[in-house]
Amino acid sequence: MADDNAPRARDALTGRSTTGHEWDGLRELNTPLPKWWFWTFVATCVWAAGYAIAYPSVPWINTYFPGVLGYSQRDVVTAEVRALAARRAGVMEKLKSVPLAEVKNDQALYAVALTAGRLTFAENCQACHGAGGAGRPGYPALAGDAWIWGGSLDAIQQTVTFGIRNAHPQSRTSQMPRFGADAILKPAEIEQVTDFVMTLFKPTAPAAAGAAKGATVYAENCAACHGDKGEGKREIGASALRSGVHLFGDTREAVRAQVVNPRQGVMPNWNARLDAATIRAVSLYVHGLGGGE
Amino acid sequence: MGKPAQDHEAAEVQLYANRVRVYPRAVHGIARSVKWTILVLCLVVYYATPWIRWDRGEGRPNQAVLLDIAHERFYIFGLTFWPEDIYYLTGALILAAVSLFLVTSLAGRVWCGYACPQTVWTDLFMWVERFIEGDRNARMRRDHGAMTFDKVWRKIAKHGLWVGIAFWTGGAWIMYYVDAPSVTVQFWTGQASLEIYFFTGLFTAFTYVLAGWAREQVCTYMCPWPRFQASMLDEQSLIVTYQNWRGEPRGHGKRDDAGRVAGRAMGDCIDCRACVNVCPTGIDIREGVQLGCINCGLCVDACNEIMVKAGRPKWLILWDTLARQEAKAAGRHEAIRLLRPRTLIYVTALVLATTIMGSALAMRPLIGLSVQRDRAPLFVTVRDGSIRNAYAVKVSNKTPDAARFGLSIGGLPGASMVLADDTGHRMATLALDVAGGSIGTFRVLVFGRPAALAEGSRKLAFTLRNAATGENTEVASVFLGPVR
Repeated sequence: MADDNAPRARDALTGRSTTGHEWDGLRELNTPLPKWWFWTFVATCVWAAGYAIAYPSVPWINTYFPGVLGYSQRDVVTAEVRALAARRAGVMEKLKSVPLAEVKNDQALYAVALTAGRLTFAENCQACHGAGGAGRPGYPALAGDAWIWGGSLDAIQQTVTFGIRNAHPQSRTSQMPRFGADAILKPAEIEQVTDFVMTLFKPTAPAAAGAAKGATVYAENCAACHGDKGEGKREIGASALRSGVHLFGDTREAVRAQVVNPRQGVMPNWNARLDAATIRAVSLYVHGLGGGE
Repeated sequence: MGKPAQDHEAAEVQLYANRVRVYPRAVHGIARSVKWTILVLCLVVYYATPWIRWDRGEGRPNQAVLLDIAHERFYIFGLTFWPEDIYYLTGALILAAVSLFLVTSLAGRVWCGYACPQTVWTDLFMWVERFIEGDRNARMRRDHGAMTFDKVWRKIAKHGLWVGIAFWTGGAWIMYYVDAPSVTVQFWTGQASLEIYFFTGLFTAFTYVLAGWAREQVCTYMCPWPRFQASMLDEQSLIVTYQNWRGEPRGHGKRDDAGRVAGRAMGDCIDCRACVNVCPTGIDIREGVQLGCINCGLCVDACNEIMVKAGRPKWLILWDTLARQEAKAAGRHEAIRLLRPRTLIYVTALVLATTIMGSALAMRPLIGLSVQRDRAPLFVTVRDGSIRNAYAVKVSNKTPDAARFGLSIGGLPGASMVLADDTGHRMATLALDVAGGSIGTFRVLVFGRPAALAEGSRKLAFTLRNAATGENTEVASVFLGPVR
């Protein structure tokens, strides 16, 4: 900056006045700013100051100046969430009374149920049953159509509510004998029945040596629960051996292990943790994953 | 603008300038007539367009031009634009920009002078002002005079009318975004949304301030266009020009007639300042091409009137090129060159952009398919041993009529499909019904035989066909299964 007392000459070429600022002989032409522009700028500054007083602005060490209006985005969000919960309360209440099969007819109700079901599933069920009901070895895929205890809306609701093989008196329960560990079958018979079970769901593969004798063993020991042709029995959670879906694996080794010393799935009774409406929501969600009956 | 150089002394440098009030005088002539015509045309188009009706059938808006942001559709007469068509807006803006460049390189800032909304509304507001407060001299006298009843009521009437026009303008703006007749009723019965009232008020306020108060200040200080227009202009552009060689030395009417009689070389300019007095931006065109000039040509009309009265040839101020002026000053003739590299390039760009835009618009697909594979679960094995993948399928029906679409799969032998919420049989082709001008969302379950899966995954393609029009489209996706 040149000093303010420098001569403020008129520029010879343009005839315009100069500001008096000079750098190495170059003088700055004066281009006056319109006053309204300047006052607009002042007005925005005043507005900014007012804004800073009215709204949260200055940070302190571990808090902040909240503004005289007491505005807080968190309060706004909290109020909105509360309003949403209040709006939803009616819908969830309705979900308790409408018959499950009819929920689908009420699009708004169904949409809320599916959303609530999806979130509930993600928080409670996904750890075992996998995201989207993909299933894991030992934990059934819920997106598929192979249901051990039934895939109707009511059957699913029953399973979710009371669980499987837990301490609840209404829990679904059944017990497969330990054919090998308890020496119910001889080792040779176990090999034979394993060969036979393999033919139930892999009919095109060449039958192994013991399959023919295994059929007799199967008819005497397994058919009562699993059905003559391996169609299964849902009332007691006996899986359909002829289906393409096998909870504990479909290799010969896996099938044999299941005959010798069966693993049996346990599921908690969710009525201890979820309210009735939420259980209905999650049942609708599971039913809608693609395999509901 | 004015002439800052002469206006203040060098010793007292003013860093902030007072606004020099502009009191444009009424003028008649060719430029003024063209300006009125364009003004009326622009205003009629602006105010009337939202009221034009256009039958689109049941359940769809019947407003010819409706930018329905709330429902994500732009309706422009027979065309419906979806959000993904936004690039047509880009194309339209490119066309507008290149047209502006072309017109500017040919005839200067005629956009600024005739068709810019700032000019149109300012002109309208000035007309109201003149109607109530009288012409330039009367307005100046009253403004500088004492506060009288006459002054007060005229000011109140003027501002009242201004606010009325501004409100009408702001209201019309809203009507481009919502149904005009119903929003009008809602507005006056207090049932319109808060946003409607807010934006009507906002546009009313801006129209009033910009056209009533800011006026030429917008052109000289706010608008970016004058800053880079110089790059569109060259010495062949037709711009409003004061013919220096003919007008100078200027001399004041009778006062300097003696000089003329005495044979002193005098120009045609009698220094009556008519050109300055009619200028809406308050500049002196005799100083040459400058930032404040919007090329409206009102000074041409004003000067012609004077030249006729003074018995001198008209067109002392006219549209001409710098090159021709130079030639004329030297006594030569030079033709107007409309065809030059600059304009040819602009024309080429314009033709190219129009062709591309036009054919894109004519050939734009009225069918859309989007397929998104479910990622959780990736796949499911079902009882009969087949592998199931799920896909979220969105079918866009951009035709105005409801249509049945056929969805089929290629690339996966033996594949079958079923809708997730359908308990029917698996089929090779699904029939999907989608209402006109809407998107249908479906969850499609695809079943594949494991034998058809190598390496756990396989590419497949969905083909969607509009049964009514035969238009079809294909989208590639993937089918996943266990790695064996």
